[in-house]
Amino acid sequence: MSVLIYAENWDGKFKKLTFELASYGARIAEMLGTKLIAVSIGNVEESELKQLGRFGVEKVIAADNKRLKQFDSQAYSGLIAQLAQKEGAKVIILASNNAGKSIAPRLSVRLKAALGSGVNKLPLSTDPFVVSKKVFSGNAFAQLLLDTPVKIITLLQNSFDLGEKPVDITVENLQTDLGGLEVKTEVIEIRKQEGNILLTDAEIVVSGGRGMKSPDNWQPIVELAELLNAATACSRPVSDEGWRPHEEHTGQTGKIIAPNLYFAVGISGATQHLAGVSSSKYIVAINNDKSAPIFEAAQYGIVGDAQKVLPQIIEAVKELRNK
Amino acid sequence: MNILVCISVVPDTTTKIRFADDNTRLDVAGVQWVINPWDELSLTRALELKDDASAGVNQVSIAHVGTTASEPTLRKALAMGADNAFRVNGEFNDAYQVAAGLAEVIKAGQFDMVLCGIESSDYNGSNVGSMLAEMLELPSVSAISSLKVEDGKALIIREIDGGKEVISVFAPFVGIVQKGIAKEPRIASMRGIMQARTKPIQVIETAATEAFTRVIRFEPPQPRAACKFIDPDNAGELISLLQKEAKLL
Repeated sequence: MSVLIYAENWDGKFKKLTFELASYGARIAEMLGTKLIAVSIGNVEESELKQLGRFGVEKVIAADNKRLKQFDSQAYSGLIAQLAQKEGAKVIILASNNAGKSIAPRLSVRLKAALGSGVNKLPLSTDPFVVSKKVFSGNAFAQLLLDTPVKIITLLQNSFDLGEKPVDITVENLQTDLGGLEVKTEVIEIRKQEGNILLTDAEIVVSGGRGMKSPDNWQPIVELAELLNAATACSRPVSDEGWRPHEEHTGQTGKIIAPNLYFAVGISGATQHLAGVSSSKYIVAINNDKSAPIFEAAQYGIVGDAQKVLPQIIEAVKELRNK
Repeated sequence: MNILVCISVVPDTTTKIRFADDNTRLDVAGVQWVINPWDELSLTRALELKDDASAGVNQVSIAHVGTTASEPTLRKALAMGADNAFRVNGEFNDAYQVAAGLAEVIKAGQFDMVLCGIESSDYNGSNVGSMLAEMLELPSVSAISSLKVEDGKALIIREIDGGKEVISVFAPFVGIVQKGIAKEPRIASMRGIMQARTKPIQVIETAATEAFTRVIRFEPPQPRAACKFIDPDNAGELISLLQKEAKLL
């Protein structure tokens, strides 16, 4: 028996998200009285693989094969399913991100395993196995019974704190011929976002809405984001108007994020916008309309004109940095 | 090429969500039902491809798993321009059951491309499209923000963490679609609405597969603490609160 995580890498490196999964998996392994195993796919150095041992992973199976160089949900899920069966995995944990969301449902079908997706905390109980997940775009949570012998969970990013639990870790290199797994999609080109901090990874996000009035007024948003090492974002009307790129749109139909701190500047806070940001740990709202619904979601609020308020905040951050 | 668009029917995104029977089920009183926003965009793109003669799309069908209560919403999808509809009769909340129902439609027909929205705005699972692909042993591409068809091959742009990938895949395949695939959902014309009345909705009865999951109860989100207001003429105070009180900076 075991608990298994899929330890995704980005150009051979793990991210905080990978370690969140390991920390979460280690706690579930404790609850079930079993050990935690990780599967890594692609070319990752042994020293990097061993990082997982800091967070309770006792064994990492590192599968590398040139046909696995590009992500293909069918081939990746086939491989993970084979390893999960071999290792007797009772609980399989993936990130609730693009890769995890496309692998987990396939694993569910292959392994006849219940899938709880977008889970935000430890299981409420393990027998019966009940998880809590976000539903109705953040307007509610559901307690979901996973009613099969093997369970699959996708964990929301930034919803579980890192927990150091150093253990001796074994690295098992797997030379796989993929045993009949075919890669049927072909990646022709990869266009990487350069420079900026990724919106989905950022711990702090500074976001502007229609209340900014014009794309020419964005300079203080960008400056504040740079000072705070934050990503920039925007509301839907702003991306629809072409004031900012679509990649920045946060909300129900855009990106769903969960940073530690979210600045909503000139954003009224419609249900659809809140659906994308309500998992943020802290929300700061700056808006000149005191009755804007964003203030109901925020912990800190300033009723005022963004163009007057932001320069004061920028000044205060600079002072803090100079101390 | 024939395209099948999978349609989920969800509460309008502005609906105030309430629960009934000791928070064990959604209170449907007063709920306006709509086509799931991502499914509506998938359908729009499928119809655009059909309009473009060079894409070689002959037919756009829709498939839905649900009861007769969904039919008015399916008529709206037909009014947008879909040629015909399949409704697998049943009331399921479990993604595996929904995917198994949709798989019946696909096994019975000739579809080259199956499009699903990336998630439904009610259960937010992101499960059905990839489950369906696995059940049919088809390749799938997720998080598609652009879709073109050339010589029976799809050219796709999809979002990855930190950028985009351009991918090609031969039909048949399952495409899982997100924002960007179409600019705005297509609005049904008066002629479309009239025509939709007589378009066929084929009802398929299947034995339900077992459910893997069950919702035990719903919980409204925890109310957040009241907002602390800071004087707009002393906005710098915010930063010291974020640092000292929230321990963030």
